[in-house]
Amino acid sequence: MAKDGSAVSLDGQGKPMWLVLELTYRCPLKCVWCNNPLDFDQYGKKELSTEEWKRILREGRELGALQLGFSGGEPMLRDDLEELVEEAERLGYYTNLITSGVGLTPERLKALKQAGLKQIQLSLQSANRSLTDELVGARAHDLKIEVARMIKAEGFPMVLNVPVFRQNIDQVDEILALAEDIGVDYLELANIQYYNWALLNRDELLPTREQIERAEAAVIAARQRPGQQMTIYFVIPDYYETRPKACMNGWGTIHLTIAPDGAALPCQEVRVIEGLEFPTVREHSLDWLWNDSPLFKKFRGDEWMKEPCRTCDEKEKDFGGCRCQAFLLTGDATNTDPACAKSPHHHVIEMAVNKAREKHHVPRPLVRRQIGAVTTVFMEHK
Amino acid sequence: MSGDFHFQPEDRPRLDSKYLLRWEKSQDAYVLLYPEGVIKLNATAAEILKRCTGETTAANIAAELKALFVDNADIENSIYKFLEVTHGKGWIRR
Ligand SMILES: C[S@@+](CC[C@H](N)C(=O)[O-])C[C@H]1O[C@@H](n2cnc3c(N)ncnc32)[C@H](O)[C@@H]1O
Ligand code: SF4
Ligand code: SF4
Repeated sequence: MAKDGSAVSLDGQGKPMWLVLELTYRCPLKCVWCNNPLDFDQYGKKELSTEEWKRILREGRELGALQLGFSGGEPMLRDDLEELVEEAERLGYYTNLITSGVGLTPERLKALKQAGLKQIQLSLQSANRSLTDELVGARAHDLKIEVARMIKAEGFPMVLNVPVFRQNIDQVDEILALAEDIGVDYLELANIQYYNWALLNRDELLPTREQIERAEAAVIAARQRPGQQMTIYFVIPDYYETRPKACMNGWGTIHLTIAPDGAALPCQEVRVIEGLEFPTVREHSLDWLWNDSPLFKKFRGDEWMKEPCRTCDEKEKDFGGCRCQAFLLTGDATNTDPACAKSPHHHVIEMAVNKAREKHHVPRPLVRRQIGAVTTVFMEHK
Repeated sequence: MSGDFHFQPEDRPRLDSKYLLRWEKSQDAYVLLYPEGVIKLNATAAEILKRCTGETTAANIAAELKALFVDNADIENSIYKFLEVTHGKGWIRR
C-alpha cells in the first residue's frame, strides 16, 4: 500500500549498482588532500582506450549497474568523455560527472548535455579566491565559480562537493552562502578521508573537535532556515567518531571502481593494501572480476573478521570499518578499523586527534600532489 | 516535513527534474534515479509516480489508481498521503 516507507531503497542484491570509472589519474590541480595514488603518474601509459571503456559500460549494465560516475583524476582531460557519456546513456545508466571544473568549457558542457549527461558534481574548496588557489596549487577559484554558474544555467542538477579540513572548515558559513547564491541542489561538506596525499598531510589537515562542532552547528542552522531548498550533507571525519564508517557499504556489495589501467577495485583506495593482486579488465570479464576474483572475495561477508569484530553485535552495521584504514594504521587489513573505540589500536587515532589539538602546533609544509613530490619506490608493495 | 502541506484534488504533481523514473529489468521493478541515489519502487508507488507528469490532476491520479487496485476502499487517502510524503522528500512538486 502507498504509505511512507513504501518506497524502499535498493540493497544491491549482490549487484555492482554503483560503477565508478576513474578515466585517468592525470589532473592539472595539485590538491594536498587528493585521495588518488601517490604514484598516479605511473598510470598514464596504461590508460584504457575508448573501446575498452565502452566494453566495461556494456558488461557493467549486464551485471545490473545503475549509477555511473565518471571521475579521476580529471575526467575532462579525456576527449572521449562525451562519446562515453552517450554510450552510457544509450545503455540506461544514470550518468554523473565528477569534476574539478578545469577543462569544462561552455562547448563541452553543451556537448555533454546533448550526450544525455544527468548530473554534475563540482568540487570547490573555499569561498575565497586566494585560499582556493593556494589549496589546489593553481589559479582555479574564479574558473570554478564560473563553471558552477554555467552548470546551473545549462539546467543540470548539481552537487557541490567541498572537501573539508583545518584550513577551510571555519569558512562553512561563507561556503553555504556562496552555494545558495549559485543555486546548488546538493551541498556536500565532506570532511576528507585520510588516504594517500591526505594521509601524508594529515597532521596539518585534521581539524580540531571544536572546529568540527562549530561547522556542524552552522550546517544545522542553515538547514533550518526557512525556504531552504538546498540539501546539505555534512560528513564528520571518522577520527572523531567512536565507530568506523560503514565503508563502501561492505566490501564488494554494491561498489565497483575501475582504475585508469582497468583494474577492478572494491574501492578506489584499495591498492594501498599490501599483498593483494589487482587483475584488470584487459585479462578478465567484469563478471569474473566482480563475482569470482580473489580480490573481491577477500573481505566479502564476515568470515575474515577477527576479534573484536567477529563477536560484535554491530558488525552488520559497519562491517568492521575500512580495510584500507586498518592496513594503513595497524599494518594488517584484517584488523578492526582503528577508528572504532573497541579496536586495540584505537590509540593511533587518539594520538592524531590529540596532535590536532596541540596548543603549540608547529606548522609544517603541505606536500602538493604533483609528479616528483614523493618517491614510492622504497615502499615494498609498490 | 509534509506537516502543513496538502495536495488539492486539482493540483497537478510532477516529478522533480532531478529524478528519473524508469523500468529496470535487472530489478524487475521501477526505480527512481537521482544524483547519488537509487530507490526501488513497489508497484503502487511506481503507478502513482508514473502519473506525476504535471499533466494529470491529483484527483485523476487517485481515480486511476482506484481502478487499478480495486480491492482497497481507502486508497484515495493513502494516495494523498503518499504524494505529501514524497513531496516532503523532494521527489515531486506541485
Ligand atoms: C579524486 S576527485 C576526482 C574528480 C575531480 N578531479 C575533482 O576533484 O572533483 C573526486 C572527489 O573526491 C574528493 N576528494 C579528493 N580527495 C579526497 C579525500 N582525501 N577525502 C574525501 N574526498 C576527497 C574531491 O573533492 C572530489 O569531489
Ligand atoms: S582532488 Fe584535486 S588533485 Fe585530486 S584529482 Fe581532483 S582536482 Fe585533481
Ligand atoms: S568492533 Fe568491529 S564490528 Fe564492532 S563496532 Fe567496532 S568495527 Fe564495528
